[in-house]
Amino acid sequence: MSGRVLVGVKRVIDYAVKIRVKPDHTGVVTDGVKHSMNPFCEIAVEEAVKLKEKKLIKEVVAVSCGPQQVQETIRTALAMGADRGIHVEVSGKDYETLGPLQVSKILAALAKKEQADLIILGKQAIDDDCNQTGQMTAALLDWPQGTFASEVTLDADKLKVVREIDGGLETIKIKMPAVVTADLRLNTPRYATLPNIMKAKKKKIANVKPADLGVDVSSRLEVLKVDEPPQRQAGVKVETVDDLVGKLKEAGRI
Amino acid sequence: MFPACRYSLQARRCISALKAVQVEHVAPQVYSTRCSSSTVPRITTHYTVYPRDKDPRWEGVEMERFVDEADVVIVGGGPAGLSAAIRLKQLANQHEKELRVCVVEKASQIGAHTLSGACLEPSALSELIPDWKERGAPLNTPVTEDKFAILTEKYRIPVPILPGLPMNNHGNYLVRLGHFVRWLGEQAEELGVELYPGYAAAEVLFHEDGSVKGIATNDVGIAKDGSPKDVFERGMELHAKVTLFGEGCHGHLAKQLYKQFNLRENCEPQTYAIGLKELWVIDEKKWRPGRAEHSVGWPLNRNTYGGSFLYHLNEGEPLVALGFVVGLDYTNPYLSPFREFQRWKHHPSIMSTLEGGNRIAYGARALNEGGFQSIPKLTFPGGMLIGCSPGFMNVPKIKGTHTAMKSGMLAAESAFSKITDGNLQSETAGVYIPEYEEAFKKSWIWKELYSVRNIRPSFHNYFGLYGGMVYTGIFYWILRGKEPWTLKHNGLDSASLKPAKDCTPIEYPKPDGKISFDLLSSVALSGTNHEHDQPPHLTLKDDSVPVAQNLTVYDGPEQRFCPAGVYEYVPVETGDGMRLQINAQNCVHCKTCDIKDPSQNINWVVPEGSGGPAYNGM
Repeated sequence: MSGRVLVGVKRVIDYAVKIRVKPDHTGVVTDGVKHSMNPFCEIAVEEAVKLKEKKLIKEVVAVSCGPQQVQETIRTALAMGADRGIHVEVSGKDYETLGPLQVSKILAALAKKEQADLIILGKQAIDDDCNQTGQMTAALLDWPQGTFASEVTLDADKLKVVREIDGGLETIKIKMPAVVTADLRLNTPRYATLPNIMKAKKKKIANVKPADLGVDVSSRLEVLKVDEPPQRQAGVKVETVDDLVGKLKEAGRI
Repeated sequence: MFPACRYSLQARRCISALKAVQVEHVAPQVYSTRCSSSTVPRITTHYTVYPRDKDPRWEGVEMERFVDEADVVIVGGGPAGLSAAIRLKQLANQHEKELRVCVVEKASQIGAHTLSGACLEPSALSELIPDWKERGAPLNTPVTEDKFAILTEKYRIPVPILPGLPMNNHGNYLVRLGHFVRWLGEQAEELGVELYPGYAAAEVLFHEDGSVKGIATNDVGIAKDGSPKDVFERGMELHAKVTLFGEGCHGHLAKQLYKQFNLRENCEPQTYAIGLKELWVIDEKKWRPGRAEHSVGWPLNRNTYGGSFLYHLNEGEPLVALGFVVGLDYTNPYLSPFREFQRWKHHPSIMSTLEGGNRIAYGARALNEGGFQSIPKLTFPGGMLIGCSPGFMNVPKIKGTHTAMKSGMLAAESAFSKITDGNLQSETAGVYIPEYEEAFKKSWIWKELYSVRNIRPSFHNYFGLYGGMVYTGIFYWILRGKEPWTLKHNGLDSASLKPAKDCTPIEYPKPDGKISFDLLSSVALSGTNHEHDQPPHLTLKDDSVPVAQNLTVYDGPEQRFCPAGVYEYVPVETGDGMRLQINAQNCVHCKTCDIKDPSQNINWVVPEGSGGPAYNGM
């Protein structure tokens, strides 16, 4: 066991910003817009750092795929306690079409290269809400997966994961190496404080290209059009039940 | 009451328990009637009002801070702060000296809290970075057309802009100041400046001799009720030989420094205005890139200072930046600057430009209008004030960026020579640099502000706006501000409101959702957000004053002048009466409440870093 954990972090548009569709309807405006680390990725980093603080694992490596700007996101992970970073360079058209399949291929290749024992990811990204990368990565590596984790306990080479599912909580035991995806209640991420940001400047971020990992990032999906959701129409208030029935009949609903 | 011996042990126990319960219920009622006739719900929980060393919840919490040393620390990553940083590093490289310059900025990224019209005079930029064009500075729209008009409810009276009048913009550029500041940040980083966006300077640190030692960044992880959370961590201390304060208009640390060092004893109080701004993508047929339009008059009456701007930008898509400025010395507490702005857009001449367009951004910020008469003392042991914080805006030109940048450069130049002087014998631990003030008085900023010093105060006459325009025409255009007298301002903005009973409420039209909009949808467009579980950063010195004073006498003007809907008077849950609700998460850091509050009870302090608006090129 190498004691190495790989944590994937994604740079996404900040959740409080109002999204604007590009005038040519090919995507959303990202230039100059406030970005931050995906909230579920923050929780994943926090979990990895907590495991290191408990001395259950030895090294936390933060990984992000994208253009130059994702280095800021990796630095934030380093400031939270990751030991080193890997920046997988993907830019331009390739970055616009980068999706869970390509990212999971990249993570699988890196996991093999770095001989990682554990991959912790956020359960989904708040920009595409795919909820696929963790599951695909586990499948590509043929590793067990503990998704929607609200509690993770490490015991020698086994992981006990409590999962948040529709029916309640499910507890599973999986063997390492494994993939875990973090859900909201797993932990409360720490702040990346200024002294840690300053120290993080000294930590290394390696640059890698997808081709170096033998991964083809071309997409099998083509985005045809991006549109705003239709404007919500105002509702109508009625006084009595008869009015309601009348209006529904009028609208042809009954 | 009951003869105890007559009852069994159980009965006696029961009776004594009942008596205890009765006593418990009586006591609190008596207590509260003795204290106050109505209970005031607790609003403020910030440690600046309730110190933590006396708070039992903070016992045993580690309060030690990490300390680091730099040569110069700059508070605020705006035009002034970044120009100072760039100038310092240019001088350091030129003289082959090592200099550690750190800039702390409360916004999550450089430029995210920047908001301005803006029409930039490139004079200071050309002095700082002569090859700005080659370096890709985003000055893409030279002004090609200047229009000025007086508006009435239905009509537009054009006023010719003769060369020599302050609103003549020949040679200037219409810019998205947020993008310009972002570019300045990139230039600064290239030169080796350490930029730390997302970290707010929350406290000024002092040496034992009273000089400024540096600043401390904000603590994180304090809950809404003021108690420490699990993730609590102290901010860090950044010590410097000299600290430059460039917080922009009405900075909260500057407010403390004015008191600490008595910097305002020989100047008039600062006067302010609030500027609200929107970005619109308009119909291409109506787009005239390079046109700068200004108006005065409707919807403001002649005694309320203010006006509008509408700039057609040339940045790819048909974008216009438009906005409205209202002087904060207005007297009617029923006036809402936000609704005046929305109302103004319905004027036929403005509506024709906006029809068929789409609003994509909104924001607001206070700006200073005091000019020459309100410039405080700029330097004190260990520190200097730069930019809009002390306030160098040329009011009739409505330009303050070029003077802010120049002040940053002057501060950098005087600081550099002093702190790199090996033989420096400083009397105080924090270096005192009076050379900055001397250089400032000899610079073109001083001459420029002196020549326009009487224009804003000239509006304080019976004819208001018209008197001011006549004065400008005669004394500025003809005599270039050489008249020997200096007019005074009208006192503090916070003291200018008349009681609500002496004023008439203003009937504002309902927003139509196409040209004008409601407040909450506008605030959403500013992208503002704060960590919700933190003490509200709009602190009240006394929680009872809003209802007792502001609501009773002035009908709660803060619900109207706040451009983000932070202040709301809501009915109390039980019984009669109202209470103030502070929606701190909405705050766009404009500082208007701290300026205009008639009771001066609101003290804006900095929230956790990276909170606040997420402006993109405003």
